[in-house]
Amino acid sequence: MALDEYEKRDFQVIGSRPVRPDGIDKVTGRALYGADAVLPGMLVGKVLRSPHPHARIRSIDTRAAAALNGVRAVVTGADFGEIRKGETRNVAENAMAFDHALYDGHAVAAVAATSEAVAREALKLIEVDYEVLPHVTEIAAAMAPGAPVVHAGFVEDSVPDGFSENVTARHEFGHGDLEAGFARADKVIARTLKTAATHQGYIEPNACLASMGPDGRGDLWCCTQGHYFVRQLCAEIMGIEESRLRVTASEIGGGFGGKTTVFVEPVALMLSKKAGAPVKLVMSRNEVFRASGPTVSSEIDVKIGMTRDGRITAAEAELRYQGGAFPNITVMFGAMAAFAAYDLGAVRTVGYNVLTNRPKQAAYRAPGAPMAIYAVESVVNELCEELGLDPLEVRLKNAARKGTKSSYGPTFNDIGLVATLEAAQAHPHYRAPLGPNQGRGLSCGFWFNFGGNTSVSLSVDMDGSVSVTEGNPDIGGSRASIAMMAAEELGIPFERVRAIVADTASLGHNDVTDGSRVTFAVGLATIKAARAAKKELCKRAAMMWGIDEEAVTWENGCAKPSGPNAGSFEPLPIEKIARKSPRTGGPIAGHHEVNAEGAGVSFGVHLCDVEVDPETGHTKILRYTIFQDAGKAIHPDYVEGQMQGGAVQGIGWALNEEYIYGKDGRLQNPGFLDYRIPVASDLPDIDTVILEIPNPGHPYGVRGVGETGIVPPLAAVSNAVSHAIGTRLYELPMSPPKILKAIREG
Amino acid sequence: MSKTHVTTTINGTRTEFLCEANETLLTVLRDRLHLTGAKEGCGSGDCGACSVTLNGRLVASCLVLGVEAEGAEITTVEGMAEGGELHPLQQKFLDLAALQCGVCTPGILVAAKALLEKNPDPSEQEVRYWLAGNLCRCTGYDKIIKAVLAAAADLRGAA
Amino acid sequence: MESGNMRYLAPKTVTEAAQLLADSDGIARVLAGGTDLLVQMKAETIAPDLLVDIKHIPGMREITAEAGGWRIGAAVPGAHISEHAGLKADWPGVVEAAALIGSTQVQGRASIVGNLCNASPAADSVPALVAADARVQITGPKGTRDCAVIEIPVGPGKTTLQRGEIVTAVLLPARTGIGADACLRFIPRTEMDIAVCSAAVNVTLDESGRCSAARVALGAVAPVVLLVEEAADILVGSRLDRATLERLQSVCSKAARPIDDKRGTAEFRREVVGVMARRAARLAAERATAKAGEKA
Repeated sequence: MALDEYEKRDFQVIGSRPVRPDGIDKVTGRALYGADAVLPGMLVGKVLRSPHPHARIRSIDTRAAAALNGVRAVVTGADFGEIRKGETRNVAENAMAFDHALYDGHAVAAVAATSEAVAREALKLIEVDYEVLPHVTEIAAAMAPGAPVVHAGFVEDSVPDGFSENVTARHEFGHGDLEAGFARADKVIARTLKTAATHQGYIEPNACLASMGPDGRGDLWCCTQGHYFVRQLCAEIMGIEESRLRVTASEIGGGFGGKTTVFVEPVALMLSKKAGAPVKLVMSRNEVFRASGPTVSSEIDVKIGMTRDGRITAAEAELRYQGGAFPNITVMFGAMAAFAAYDLGAVRTVGYNVLTNRPKQAAYRAPGAPMAIYAVESVVNELCEELGLDPLEVRLKNAARKGTKSSYGPTFNDIGLVATLEAAQAHPHYRAPLGPNQGRGLSCGFWFNFGGNTSVSLSVDMDGSVSVTEGNPDIGGSRASIAMMAAEELGIPFERVRAIVADTASLGHNDVTDGSRVTFAVGLATIKAARAAKKELCKRAAMMWGIDEEAVTWENGCAKPSGPNAGSFEPLPIEKIARKSPRTGGPIAGHHEVNAEGAGVSFGVHLCDVEVDPETGHTKILRYTIFQDAGKAIHPDYVEGQMQGGAVQGIGWALNEEYIYGKDGRLQNPGFLDYRIPVASDLPDIDTVILEIPNPGHPYGVRGVGETGIVPPLAAVSNAVSHAIGTRLYELPMSPPKILKAIREG
Repeated sequence: MSKTHVTTTINGTRTEFLCEANETLLTVLRDRLHLTGAKEGCGSGDCGACSVTLNGRLVASCLVLGVEAEGAEITTVEGMAEGGELHPLQQKFLDLAALQCGVCTPGILVAAKALLEKNPDPSEQEVRYWLAGNLCRCTGYDKIIKAVLAAAADLRGAA
Repeated sequence: MESGNMRYLAPKTVTEAAQLLADSDGIARVLAGGTDLLVQMKAETIAPDLLVDIKHIPGMREITAEAGGWRIGAAVPGAHISEHAGLKADWPGVVEAAALIGSTQVQGRASIVGNLCNASPAADSVPALVAADARVQITGPKGTRDCAVIEIPVGPGKTTLQRGEIVTAVLLPARTGIGADACLRFIPRTEMDIAVCSAAVNVTLDESGRCSAARVALGAVAPVVLLVEEAADILVGSRLDRATLERLQSVCSKAARPIDDKRGTAEFRREVVGVMARRAARLAAERATAKAGEKA
């Protein structure tokens, strides 16, 4: 529950748009990413991958590879010892197949060699004896009784009878009397909608540099969203204590959830251990597509009842997600998020997770929510069309607000959905005229937002400048926002604060950069750490003045006597107190450790105009406007950037992005040529309207903003296309052949 | 395997290196010359993160062989700032927050510079099409396009 | 990339280049722009023993006027073609087709000869070259010959070129009368995709504005580019009016022999290639009419 920490105030730094501190390194090429690190004596690691979607590995003969001049280590699944059952074991088995290859691209062996050329040669010398097994890559086929069993032993008690062993979990949420609700409806629509698996599409392939010493201590440099989690996973896989492994997060070239786990890191560590030398392992783009974690594909049944005047009387959904050959809980998030935007008396969602012979899914920006909300927002719009109602009015009429019992259980505190809907309604975009073959779509979006475990250390340096040490990789400008919050709290210029991301040995634990948690939770901890430092600064000033520490306050970067009774002293600026600190008790610092709660959900509304070429089915995005509640925008440029980036990923998902598997179970488009992410010329300006409905759980009112933005575009684009062509599609992506077919079939 | 000796000019400096005949210019820049500003996002010319200019033409350095650099003039992102002075494009990218993760940024800056040298007053559509080969997954391109147009305006004003 | 002892040679004459290719024991390839070749090497679908870089041979990187038409050297990159005003005036469709190949970065390297010799059914520039009735000049161990562009590719990845033969230039014919060409392709995005289907139309108008000659070529709807003579016959004698162009669309759709693949269905390609042909014909007609206006 919210901590109700929010206090209204006038900000000096927050809300301004300073140049980000890491910017100069990134525009000059100086920033070091995952693949940019080197160590003396470094070897090159390469991974051999299964060409089969499903096979038993009878044996692997690595002798010839090991004997090749320049090869220093070869590893296979046999090198990974017993790991207790659970997610870490799944991560390890995904990083290196144990006894079965479970998807096209599954790692089966790896080598470390003195050069890339030798490593490639060595891979060719490894002989894997496969017994090819029947495979299944699609949801319905995988769920059917009698389907090939992808990976046995994961079925939870929650799963009812009647499914194959690939259905591993069932989740249910909701409240109220559905039957009575549907009975009250004037119109009930039930549809099945599908979305394809998509990839985060970060431009920097996964990469790491591992160095394991003979004493079992190691160092790992990698591009990750969470180096503490990398350490936890890798230490357990390597069978060492966490403190023996130090993980340093490089600059990260995009993640979007996809770099919240490990793929090549344990392999590189194992190769390094065996070779006794550092090993760099960089995935190719082909490997990224085939063997890192895309998101789930989905099939969703939605049924919604509505009265003639637009009140939703009941809503239910069954969600079926496949996320590859290992279990995951993404469908649970989908089932929780599906109807979050609505205040409903009767609602139920049921989610099933399904195993297939595809790569192990990883988080992708608001994991599970975009497809669920796409399905719901499509059916809500269809009801509006059928009943002749304005889709925005209907959403306002049914909108979740403060006090609404959400469809997934909790009761909402202050939320910004109504405000975003009203902003959209008032915006010129909503009333702008449309031409022939053009359509307008609208959708709500939602993400829970997380808080989580966070440590921040803030030191007042001897000259009065400030260093903030945090432990979350900066994926979208967080060092800027963290430094801004420290500067705000201390009343000093932004330029006097430097925020750095520490390695795992230099700061207490931090959860992964995910769930839109960083600006909220690290910001919260930074503010608290700054307050601790301020308290100490006041104490030192009191000592310097010889008065009680309670008689000192902090204002604009200076200690001041609090009122006439405290005595008459000139304000003491931070630098003077810092310089004198050796004589007042030593270094001045503050720190804060917390498992932050009260993250505060975020809602958004997107408006999208498209034009569809009626002869080719090609869709052009003409205009796009985002309305989103940020709680408080710390650095508005990067809030806008999150909203814009999320929206464009969603546009790609809606129109062209998809994992395409052949009948042979192999991925047919493992490259940017045929996995079509939006390019600059596909898009118009992406306009943004930031709403600020303060989150009571954060001192400045911050809500996470990173994830909500990818949720609405799927339905916003789909609703716009439907409006333009006069018929509705129930499947993403809406690639031109599908749209043209829909037009032809009317 | 015998290596080939190559003499070239990189960012105005005469540079020599040895490389295998099948090594790409990108590998040479990154692994042999430690100019890691150019990134390998795909290795197949589909993402633009490795953009450099070769004899004045914008190219993907992953689709050029190192041996082809013999006698050539190459510029990379490392050569954009002169002394301590940022190129106006670099400054606009900072001022207008035209980067998030930054991994596509070097390639986009090199590509945008090549555009403005050829066309000092591009339309928004011209910028978008010129940069279509530079994938960015963070920004949705909006702020990138605005920064390029703003830098172009600045450069025209200065000229 | 592939290990081994791949050699790279940059001869100064065509004869020497052809001899190197002919004498090579293993897999030998010509390197011009390298935008297909290096991708194939990276993917390990090809591991050449020898690369012969032809860019240092005189003329390979030049566009020159020849016999009233144009000679485009085999290593001229797309960006150079796009910048050439004379070529653009005569063959706007060929120029726009060359500009379709890849990104700006790829345009800095990719040549239309490479595009042709790679022999992809979806090659962006080939329909326009076929519609233009372009020829190529070839040098081999036995000397020099030339042939029509359409005779080069015979199937995906396969050409009629003999061992040691190098295509040294594309020859665009002189424009007779008032004419223009146009080329359009369909892709799901606006850039960066392989053609799902494409069409190029080249028309010549007589003094009364009637179409006196035409060539229509379709891409990515068969194993090789299709020259659709029946489509050209529809245009000849017409004023390229709407009804004629609609007939052209229908004939082109019927002529297509596409397949289903990850980039599109056969049904989609068949329908849309007709649309592309109709639109390209209209564009070519508009260009030709504008030229007629300039002359008048």
